[in-house]
Amino acid sequence: MAQEQAARAAVPGRSAPAAPAGEPDIWERVARMDEFKSLLTAREKFVIPAVIFFVVYYFLLPISVGYFPQFMDKRVGSVNLAYLFALSQFFVAWLIAFLYVRAARRFDEYGRRILDHVDTSKEGK
Amino acid sequence: MSTSLLMFLVFIVITLGITYWAARRSAGAGAYFAASRRITAWQNGVAVAGDYMSAASFLGIAGLIAFFGYDGFMYSVGWLVAYLTVLLVVAEPLRNAGKYTMADVLAYRLKPRPVRAMASVSTLTVSTFYMIAQMVGAGALVSLLLKGSGINFRTAVIGVGILMIVYVVFGGMLATTWVQIIKAILLMTGTILLSILVMSKFGFSFSNFFTAVQHVSYHGPAGQEITKDFLQPGLRFKPPNGPLELISLGMALIFGTAGLPHILVRFYTVPDAKTARYSVVWAMILIGSFYIMTTFLGFGAATIVGRDFISTHGGNNMSAPLLAQAVAGDVFFAFISAIAFATILAVVAGLTISASTSFAHDFWTNVIHKGVERKPGEEVMVSRIAAFVVGAVAISIAIVLGPSANVAFLVALAFAVAASANLPVIVLSIFWRRFNTLGAVMGLAVGLLASIVLILIGPSVMGIDTATTPAISRHLIQHAPIFPLENPGIASIPLGFIGAFLGTLLGGREASAEHKFTELEVRANTGLGSEKALAH
Repeated sequence: MAQEQAARAAVPGRSAPAAPAGEPDIWERVARMDEFKSLLTAREKFVIPAVIFFVVYYFLLPISVGYFPQFMDKRVGSVNLAYLFALSQFFVAWLIAFLYVRAARRFDEYGRRILDHVDTSKEGK
Repeated sequence: MSTSLLMFLVFIVITLGITYWAARRSAGAGAYFAASRRITAWQNGVAVAGDYMSAASFLGIAGLIAFFGYDGFMYSVGWLVAYLTVLLVVAEPLRNAGKYTMADVLAYRLKPRPVRAMASVSTLTVSTFYMIAQMVGAGALVSLLLKGSGINFRTAVIGVGILMIVYVVFGGMLATTWVQIIKAILLMTGTILLSILVMSKFGFSFSNFFTAVQHVSYHGPAGQEITKDFLQPGLRFKPPNGPLELISLGMALIFGTAGLPHILVRFYTVPDAKTARYSVVWAMILIGSFYIMTTFLGFGAATIVGRDFISTHGGNNMSAPLLAQAVAGDVFFAFISAIAFATILAVVAGLTISASTSFAHDFWTNVIHKGVERKPGEEVMVSRIAAFVVGAVAISIAIVLGPSANVAFLVALAFAVAASANLPVIVLSIFWRRFNTLGAVMGLAVGLLASIVLILIGPSVMGIDTATTPAISRHLIQHAPIFPLENPGIASIPLGFIGAFLGTLLGGREASAEHKFTELEVRANTGLGSEKALAH
């Protein structure tokens, strides 16, 4: 903590409005806001599982096609398993993008509230 | 063939008109480098797609599928899924924290000079290599498409080079953006038409189409007739290294796209992070639809035109234009050729502007002159000169290499550097409080070096050719490859991360970087203090 205090004094934020000595600057104030903590949690709750899921789902394709080509060549209708799995990647990617955009509306809501708060607190001074 | 030339000229006239219009709106750095940040979500999405769907994908993928079937389609998949990394991890923080270049985000809380210098080297490496690959391809292609019109490789390369310089130097980011948009719309139109025409040959029956795909005939090197199931995996990526090669390629695509400087700078052209997010979604819709349609382009070329005919009429890069000719005659061939030309031109213009912006903003202003412009407009002027120099260098190298140079590995190199050098430091600087200057410099340096060295000692560059090997596939170094894979990602990406970790540990605690992490975190997530759109 003391180290951080010293650092703050030594390196004033480039684009941050100067804060009086000893008082947290605008970034620290936002970082301590409940809305900001909720924003980070909400974002992590979506992004981390989504990234893990798409990376695993994607690499299953080269792994299955590379190491089990016979199995993946199994006929399914007029195509084979390998082609269907590859095609499914496109729709899964679009689905994740759609879900993210939907979830991100909440992030925007938190963001807007934080920015509103910052604006009014500036006016209050 | 003169129809091709006419269509080229129409495209050139329209894009030069746009450049003239954009030139009058590109006064000032924000306007020149970031199109005043007034590009809308759909416009930027289309432009991202335009920047991304290079000749390597339109012509190269169609060719790979036409020659190797299913394995070629594996590239298509990776090229779309990669955008999830851009969407979920990189686009919004980048837009909120940066100004003109990728290095802005890295330099935000670290010591700007060493970080920007390294990031600029990495950006210039990716852009230049990628550009040389495109230019050599462009020259060979244009001279082939315009065969009989007196335009040879050299004239084609110089023509493409001069146009790209004109777009960038005079029209800046605004003109480059609109060139991308027009190109992407043309490319999508051409691809949809071509797909419909292919399916019409099969009575619009998927079952007929895929039955034909499972019985593709061509002649082997010894003249014997071969019939292959082109849906079967493994025609290109064969054991023993095939599976690892596929995984390694996948890694470079999935993690490299989010580190390609010419894609990243596009997110600075929109007003805010939300628009950046929607623009990625637009891009994903277009890019995904396009790559799904490579099924029809590639398999269509394999079944309708055939490998034999393509091999004797310009090679696998000519698959899509030859398919157009086969399904709808010369005028459509000319149209698809013009699209291929537009595709190359737009991509090299995008690469030129990202390289020259990085040189001017990162290297000139921030490294050499410590972040201060000595007189107003200097940064833009330096960037224009840099665009001219970068363009001239790319033209010269492409001419020296000549039309038969085997440069496909340069595209793999660009993705490998982006994935191994750029992506690790972008991610760590956004998400790891402890990350410090030495970590960024070492991450960039190790990722860059590992990619270059592993490609140089890999089978793309090293190999022993026989006397009958054609010039286009000759190896630069006649020696058995030391590293077994063409795609170094599986080794170089972990090395990039390890470099960044070790550098961070060796560098010790950097209080200023850790303190400013809070600032970056707030800014990246809320957009507080981010660059605003400019008024007209």
